[in-house]
Amino acid sequence: MQIELTHYLLLTAVLFSIGVMGVLTRKNLIIILMSVELMLNAVNLTFVAVARFTADITGQVLVFFTMCVAAAEVAVGLAILISIWRHRGTMHIDSVKLLKW
Amino acid sequence: METILFAAFALCSILAALLTITAPAPIASALYLVVTMLCLAGLYVLLAAPFVAAIQVIVYAGAVIVLILFVIMLLNLKPIEERIPAAWRIAGIVIAALILMITFLSIMSVSSLLPTATTLPETFGKVNEISGLLFSKYLYAFEVVSVLLLLAVVGAVSLIRKPDAGGTDAN
Repeated sequence: MQIELTHYLLLTAVLFSIGVMGVLTRKNLIIILMSVELMLNAVNLTFVAVARFTADITGQVLVFFTMCVAAAEVAVGLAILISIWRHRGTMHIDSVKLLKW
Repeated sequence: METILFAAFALCSILAALLTITAPAPIASALYLVVTMLCLAGLYVLLAAPFVAAIQVIVYAGAVIVLILFVIMLLNLKPIEERIPAAWRIAGIVIAALILMITFLSIMSVSSLLPTATTLPETFGKVNEISGLLFSKYLYAFEVVSVLLLLAVVGAVSLIRKPDAGGTDAN
Protein backbone atom coordinates (compact mmCIF):
# COMPACT_ATOMS: atom_id res chain seq x y z
CA MET A 1 0.00 0.00 0.00
CA GLN A 2 1.32 3.40 -1.02
CA ILE A 3 1.32 6.07 1.70
CA GLU A 4 -0.51 9.13 0.39
CA LEU A 5 -1.26 12.60 1.70
CA THR A 6 -4.62 11.37 3.03
CA HIS A 7 -2.91 9.08 5.53
CA TYR A 8 -0.68 11.86 6.84
CA LEU A 9 -3.65 14.24 7.15
CA LEU A 10 -5.64 11.63 9.08
CA LEU A 11 -2.69 11.10 11.42
CA THR A 12 -2.41 14.84 12.09
CA ALA A 13 -6.17 15.04 12.71
CA VAL A 14 -5.86 12.29 15.33
CA LEU A 15 -2.87 13.94 17.02
CA PHE A 16 -4.60 17.33 17.07
CA SER A 17 -7.75 15.83 18.61
CA ILE A 18 -5.66 14.12 21.29
CA GLY A 19 -4.15 17.52 22.11
CA VAL A 20 -7.63 19.09 22.33
CA MET A 21 -8.76 16.25 24.59
CA GLY A 22 -5.76 16.85 26.85
CA VAL A 23 -6.52 20.56 27.19
CA LEU A 24 -10.20 19.91 27.93
CA THR A 25 -9.91 17.00 30.37
CA ARG A 26 -6.81 17.76 32.47
CA LYS A 27 -6.45 20.16 35.39
CA ASN A 28 -2.66 20.22 35.70
CA LEU A 29 -1.31 23.41 34.12
CA ILE A 30 1.93 21.87 32.91
CA ILE A 31 0.14 18.95 31.23
CA ILE A 32 -2.20 21.42 29.53
CA LEU A 33 0.89 23.23 28.22
CA MET A 34 2.22 19.92 26.88
CA SER A 35 -1.13 19.24 25.16
CA VAL A 36 -0.83 22.61 23.41
CA GLU A 37 2.63 21.53 22.24
CA LEU A 38 1.05 18.35 20.88
CA MET A 39 -1.43 20.40 18.81
CA LEU A 40 1.39 22.61 17.46
CA ASN A 41 3.29 19.50 16.42
CA ALA A 42 0.26 18.11 14.61
CA VAL A 43 0.04 21.34 12.60
CA ASN A 44 3.77 21.14 11.81
CA LEU A 45 3.31 17.63 10.45
CA THR A 46 0.49 18.91 8.20
CA PHE A 47 2.79 21.61 6.81
CA VAL A 48 5.61 19.16 6.05
CA ALA A 49 3.27 16.55 4.52
CA VAL A 50 1.62 19.08 2.20
CA ALA A 51 5.05 20.48 1.27
CA ARG A 52 6.24 17.02 0.25
CA PHE A 53 3.17 16.08 -1.80
CA THR A 54 2.91 19.43 -3.61
CA ALA A 55 6.73 19.49 -4.08
CA ASP A 56 6.79 23.04 -2.64
CA ILE A 57 9.47 23.82 -0.05
CA THR A 58 7.53 26.75 1.47
CA GLY A 59 5.80 24.45 3.96
CA GLN A 60 9.12 23.53 5.53
CA VAL A 61 10.08 27.21 5.89
CA LEU A 62 6.76 27.86 7.65
CA VAL A 63 7.47 24.99 10.05
CA PHE A 64 10.70 26.80 10.97
CA PHE A 65 8.67 29.87 11.98
CA THR A 66 6.11 27.78 13.86
CA MET A 67 8.90 26.19 15.89
CA CYS A 68 10.32 29.62 16.80
CA VAL A 69 6.90 30.78 18.00
CA ALA A 70 6.41 27.51 19.93
CA ALA A 71 9.79 27.93 21.64
CA ALA A 72 8.90 31.49 22.66
CA GLU A 73 5.48 30.29 23.86
CA VAL A 74 7.04 27.58 26.03
CA ALA A 75 9.58 29.96 27.57
CA VAL A 76 6.96 32.55 28.54
CA GLY A 77 4.39 29.88 29.51
CA LEU A 78 6.78 28.15 31.88
CA ALA A 79 7.78 31.51 33.39
CA ILE A 80 4.08 32.20 34.06
CA LEU A 81 3.71 28.71 35.60
CA ILE A 82 6.66 29.34 37.97
CA SER A 83 5.13 32.68 38.89
CA ILE A 84 1.77 31.01 39.65
CA TRP A 85 3.56 28.33 41.69
CA ARG A 86 5.27 31.04 43.78
CA HIS A 87 2.08 32.97 44.42
CA ARG A 88 -0.47 30.16 44.80
CA GLY A 89 1.67 27.12 45.64
CA THR A 90 -0.29 24.88 43.28
CA MET A 91 -0.40 23.85 39.63
CA HIS A 92 -4.17 23.36 39.63
CA ILE A 93 -5.88 25.33 36.87
CA ASP A 94 -8.74 26.31 39.21
CA SER A 95 -6.26 28.48 41.14
CA VAL A 96 -6.02 30.86 38.18
CA LYS A 97 -9.60 31.89 37.42
CA LEU A 98 -9.37 35.61 38.13
CA LEU A 99 -10.30 36.51 34.55
CA LYS A 100 -12.87 33.73 34.16
CA TRP A 101 -16.10 35.52 35.05
CA MET B 1 9.50 -0.41 3.60
CA GLU B 2 8.20 3.16 3.69
CA THR B 3 4.73 1.88 4.53
CA ILE B 4 6.02 -0.17 7.45
CA LEU B 5 8.02 2.76 8.81
CA PHE B 6 5.03 5.10 8.46
CA ALA B 7 2.76 2.66 10.27
CA ALA B 8 5.30 2.15 13.06
CA PHE B 9 5.94 5.87 13.59
CA ALA B 10 2.23 6.74 13.34
CA LEU B 11 1.12 4.09 15.84
CA CYS B 12 3.98 4.95 18.20
CA SER B 13 3.21 8.69 18.09
CA ILE B 14 -0.54 8.22 18.66
CA LEU B 15 0.10 5.83 21.55
CA ALA B 16 2.66 8.15 23.15
CA ALA B 17 0.35 11.14 22.67
CA LEU B 18 -2.51 9.30 24.41
CA LEU B 19 -0.18 8.38 27.27
CA THR B 20 0.99 12.02 27.45
CA ILE B 21 -2.50 13.29 28.20
CA THR B 22 -3.51 10.40 30.49
CA ALA B 23 -0.39 9.94 32.67
CA PRO B 24 -1.08 11.26 36.18
CA ALA B 25 2.49 12.41 36.88
CA PRO B 26 3.77 15.43 34.89
CA ILE B 27 7.22 13.88 34.54
CA ALA B 28 5.85 10.73 32.87
CA SER B 29 3.79 12.98 30.63
CA ALA B 30 6.89 14.92 29.55
CA LEU B 31 8.82 11.72 28.82
CA TYR B 32 5.97 10.36 26.67
CA LEU B 33 5.93 13.70 24.86
CA VAL B 34 9.61 13.14 23.94
CA VAL B 35 8.62 9.83 22.33
CA THR B 36 5.91 11.61 20.30
CA MET B 37 8.39 14.28 19.15
CA LEU B 38 10.97 11.68 18.08
CA CYS B 39 8.33 9.70 16.12
CA LEU B 40 7.34 12.92 14.35
CA ALA B 41 11.02 13.54 13.52
CA GLY B 42 11.09 10.08 11.91
CA LEU B 43 8.00 10.99 9.87
CA TYR B 44 9.71 14.20 8.71
CA VAL B 45 12.61 12.12 7.40
CA LEU B 46 10.10 9.97 5.47
CA LEU B 47 8.61 13.19 4.07
CA ALA B 48 11.95 14.32 2.57
CA ALA B 49 12.51 16.99 5.24
CA PRO B 50 15.83 16.10 6.93
CA PHE B 51 16.48 19.68 8.08
CA VAL B 52 13.06 19.95 9.76
CA ALA B 53 13.66 16.54 11.38
CA ALA B 54 16.98 17.78 12.76
CA ILE B 55 15.53 20.96 14.26
CA GLN B 56 12.58 18.94 15.58
CA VAL B 57 15.03 16.80 17.58
CA ILE B 58 17.18 19.76 18.67
CA VAL B 59 14.47 22.33 19.45
CA TYR B 60 11.57 20.16 20.63
CA ALA B 61 13.04 16.91 21.98
CA GLY B 62 16.08 18.87 23.13
CA ALA B 63 15.38 22.41 24.29
CA VAL B 64 11.63 22.52 24.93
CA ILE B 65 11.34 19.19 26.75
CA VAL B 66 14.49 19.85 28.78
CA LEU B 67 12.98 23.19 29.82
CA ILE B 68 9.72 21.48 30.86
CA LEU B 69 11.57 18.70 32.73
CA PHE B 70 13.76 21.32 34.39
CA VAL B 71 10.70 23.18 35.69
CA ILE B 72 9.03 19.94 36.86
CA MET B 73 12.15 18.88 38.77
CA LEU B 74 12.94 22.37 40.08
CA LEU B 75 9.46 22.82 41.56
CA ASN B 76 9.30 19.12 42.56
CA LEU B 77 5.85 18.78 40.99
CA LYS B 78 3.81 15.82 42.13
CA PRO B 79 0.62 14.53 40.52
CA ILE B 80 -2.16 16.83 41.70
CA GLU B 81 -5.64 15.70 42.58
CA GLU B 82 -7.68 16.32 39.46
CA ARG B 83 -11.22 15.89 40.58
CA ILE B 84 -13.23 16.55 37.44
CA PRO B 85 -16.99 15.96 37.30
CA ALA B 86 -17.74 13.01 35.01
CA ALA B 87 -19.99 15.21 32.87
CA TRP B 88 -17.10 17.62 32.13
CA ARG B 89 -14.75 14.79 31.27
CA ILE B 90 -17.30 13.27 28.90
CA ALA B 91 -17.95 16.71 27.38
CA GLY B 92 -14.22 17.14 26.71
CA ILE B 93 -13.95 13.75 25.06
CA VAL B 94 -17.08 14.40 22.98
CA ILE B 95 -15.76 17.77 21.75
CA ALA B 96 -12.42 16.20 20.79
CA ALA B 97 -14.26 13.35 19.04
CA LEU B 98 -16.43 15.86 17.16
CA ILE B 99 -13.35 17.75 15.94
CA LEU B 100 -11.81 14.45 14.87
CA MET B 101 -14.99 13.40 13.08
CA ILE B 102 -15.37 16.72 11.22
CA THR B 103 -11.74 16.74 10.06
CA PHE B 104 -11.94 13.03 9.19
CA LEU B 105 -15.04 13.53 7.04
CA SER B 106 -13.65 16.63 5.32
CA ILE B 107 -10.34 14.87 4.54
CA MET B 108 -12.15 11.81 3.19
CA SER B 109 -14.44 13.95 1.03
CA VAL B 110 -11.50 15.59 -0.75
CA SER B 111 -9.10 12.65 -0.63
CA SER B 112 -9.46 11.87 -4.34
CA LEU B 113 -8.52 15.47 -5.22
CA LEU B 114 -5.34 15.57 -3.10
CA PRO B 115 -1.98 15.55 -4.93
CA THR B 116 -0.31 12.16 -5.09
CA ALA B 117 3.33 11.30 -4.45
CA THR B 118 5.65 12.64 -7.14
CA THR B 119 9.37 12.19 -7.58
CA LEU B 120 11.10 15.12 -5.94
CA PRO B 121 14.15 17.04 -7.20
CA GLU B 122 17.43 15.98 -5.61
CA THR B 123 17.80 19.21 -3.59
CA PHE B 124 14.29 19.11 -2.04
CA GLY B 125 14.41 19.74 1.73
CA LYS B 126 18.16 20.33 1.84
CA VAL B 127 19.46 23.10 4.08
CA ASN B 128 20.65 25.38 1.26
CA GLU B 129 17.27 25.39 -0.44
CA ILE B 130 15.43 26.24 2.80
CA SER B 131 17.97 28.89 3.79
CA GLY B 132 17.86 30.42 0.30
CA LEU B 133 14.12 30.99 0.69
CA LEU B 134 14.52 32.07 4.32
CA PHE B 135 17.03 34.80 3.51
CA SER B 136 15.31 36.14 0.40
CA LYS B 137 11.53 35.84 0.27
CA TYR B 138 10.97 35.44 4.01
CA LEU B 139 13.75 37.72 5.27
CA TYR B 140 11.29 40.15 6.87
CA ALA B 141 9.49 37.35 8.75
CA PHE B 142 12.86 35.92 9.79
CA GLU B 143 13.89 39.24 11.38
CA VAL B 144 10.50 39.62 13.09
CA VAL B 145 10.86 36.11 14.57
CA SER B 146 14.28 37.01 15.97
CA VAL B 147 12.73 40.03 17.73
CA LEU B 148 9.96 37.74 19.02
CA LEU B 149 12.53 35.37 20.55
CA LEU B 150 14.32 38.31 22.20
CA LEU B 151 10.97 39.48 23.62
CA ALA B 152 10.29 35.97 24.94
CA VAL B 153 13.66 35.90 26.73
CA VAL B 154 13.12 39.33 28.31
CA GLY B 155 9.52 38.46 29.20
CA ALA B 156 10.49 35.15 30.82
CA VAL B 157 13.25 36.76 32.90
CA SER B 158 11.02 39.60 34.09
CA LEU B 159 8.17 37.20 34.91
CA ILE B 160 10.19 34.89 37.17
CA ARG B 161 11.90 37.66 39.12
CA LYS B 162 11.18 37.53 42.84
CA PRO B 163 8.13 39.70 43.52
CA ASP B 164 9.66 41.36 46.62
CA ALA B 165 12.81 42.52 44.84
CA GLY B 166 11.55 46.11 45.03
CA GLY B 167 12.83 48.68 42.61
CA THR B 168 16.49 48.08 43.40
CA ASP B 169 17.03 44.70 41.69
CA ALA B 170 18.19 43.10 44.94
CA ASN B 171 18.87 39.72 43.33
